[in-house]
Amino acid sequence: MVTALEILIVFLVFSNLRLLGLSRLNASIRTVAAQGVVLGIIALLANAHHITWRILTIACAGIVLKGVVFPVLLYRALRAAKVRREVEPYLGYLPSVLAGVGAFLISLWVAARLPLPEATVSTLMVPAALSTMFVGLLLTVTRKKALSQALGYLVFENGIYAFGVGVALEAPVLVEMGILLDVFVAVFVMGIAVFHISREFDSIDTTKLATLKE
Amino acid sequence: MSVSAGLTLVLSAVVSPLYLGVIQRTKSFFAGRAGPPIAQTYFDLFKLLRKGAVYSGTTTWVFRLGPIAGPAAGLAALSLLPQGPAAAPWSFPGDFLVLIYLLAAARFFTLISALDTGSSFEGMGASREAAFSALAEPVLLLSIAAAARSTGQTSLSGIFAGAGAALSRGAAPVFLLLAVALVIVLLAENSRIPVDDPSTHLELTMIHEVMVLDHSGPDLALILWGGSLKLWILGALIVGLLLPIRTGHPWIDWLVFAGGMFVLALVIGVIESSIARLRMNRVPQFLVGGGAFAVVALALAMR
Repeated sequence: MVTALEILIVFLVFSNLRLLGLSRLNASIRTVAAQGVVLGIIALLANAHHITWRILTIACAGIVLKGVVFPVLLYRALRAAKVRREVEPYLGYLPSVLAGVGAFLISLWVAARLPLPEATVSTLMVPAALSTMFVGLLLTVTRKKALSQALGYLVFENGIYAFGVGVALEAPVLVEMGILLDVFVAVFVMGIAVFHISREFDSIDTTKLATLKE
Repeated sequence: MSVSAGLTLVLSAVVSPLYLGVIQRTKSFFAGRAGPPIAQTYFDLFKLLRKGAVYSGTTTWVFRLGPIAGPAAGLAALSLLPQGPAAAPWSFPGDFLVLIYLLAAARFFTLISALDTGSSFEGMGASREAAFSALAEPVLLLSIAAAARSTGQTSLSGIFAGAGAALSRGAAPVFLLLAVALVIVLLAENSRIPVDDPSTHLELTMIHEVMVLDHSGPDLALILWGGSLKLWILGALIVGLLLPIRTGHPWIDWLVFAGGMFVLALVIGVIESSIARLRMNRVPQFLVGGGAFAVVALALAMR
């Protein structure tokens, strides 16, 4: 059980590195979706010995939202905005991947020193969650397209979710559902915003927004 | 050297060209073709051995050394590698470094024999091969180091013997990551599709095939055999690390090993059929990605 869980966590790390090195928007959306599904399965496996309705609801809501609804919304935004399918990073793919590896190493080091409760599901969970958050931040900051910044936001949320699964097993259901709802609304709004930005400026390149004038 | 170890060495040297055939058949299946017979590489080898070799007037003995170095280093590396239930003919602490540098030596001789032709085209191929293998080598080193760290052994025989225990101790994530890294190395080192296309000839984007353009006849046969040995070595390395099943019954262990090698050939065939060749400037990225996996595997192993 622990081995299966750790393999899934490794998959989480793998998807982070893949996102950093990927140049295609569609593939990035698919990877983020896969990440969400894997996180849902991790949440189920981590509590496999006492699955309650609460955990089942959170995990299933996570899988359905992140695995199906978000990709559909983002694909729709991608189609509506008629953008080139390249990610166009500020930071090149190679330095991004290296930064991702560095983030994972630092997360391992930090997680070994954090005063965490004993009840973590696996010693790998917290480092993986921390590095996912860092990758999310990195993706948000270093990518030019509004859509890939939305993806970075989603990855960041995945990191928080992973941290919650790993440490706060008993977080109240209301908080978890609230976060999921927030993210859902955010992605929904971002999809519409991306569409409007592209209609107004013929591009979703955020560098062009920086030179905005009255 | 025990009899069974010697027999394994000879057998794997003889069987290795078959491996290329299995990969080729898998690719043909996905392309909807009948494909060449599985033993096609042997036919090619015999055809080339019957022919004479042509040497350009500008080449020296260095050019003739290149093709011999490939199989020689391959056989030497093979003698360090335990396969299935058979022990390695030689084993000593740190022998994986020797294995890695034997492969590097074979590459070095191929490179200088390509440079010896004086052709700018071959020089270009040699420079590409040098650049990409310089990136692939640390990945291989780091992956085996991760395996060595998680098994606590420093010889290949020890690593392979300890892999089963390490896996049951919860080192599965480490082995999963280093398997991905090793497959990337295998694809890059054997000029397989995302990096190089083994079936292209006379294209400006190819790497390995450029370097052997001037070799002919028996020399080309030696290069072909050396290449299949290298593929077999890296394949056996991956299978040995990922399938450390020891039932104690040699025939079952052999079956597991052969099955693992066969499945790996299928996986390579599927990878080659399903993804496109990478642009040349994306290849370093692919290899550094493999390096990222190897580093993460090592970090997990050292945890």
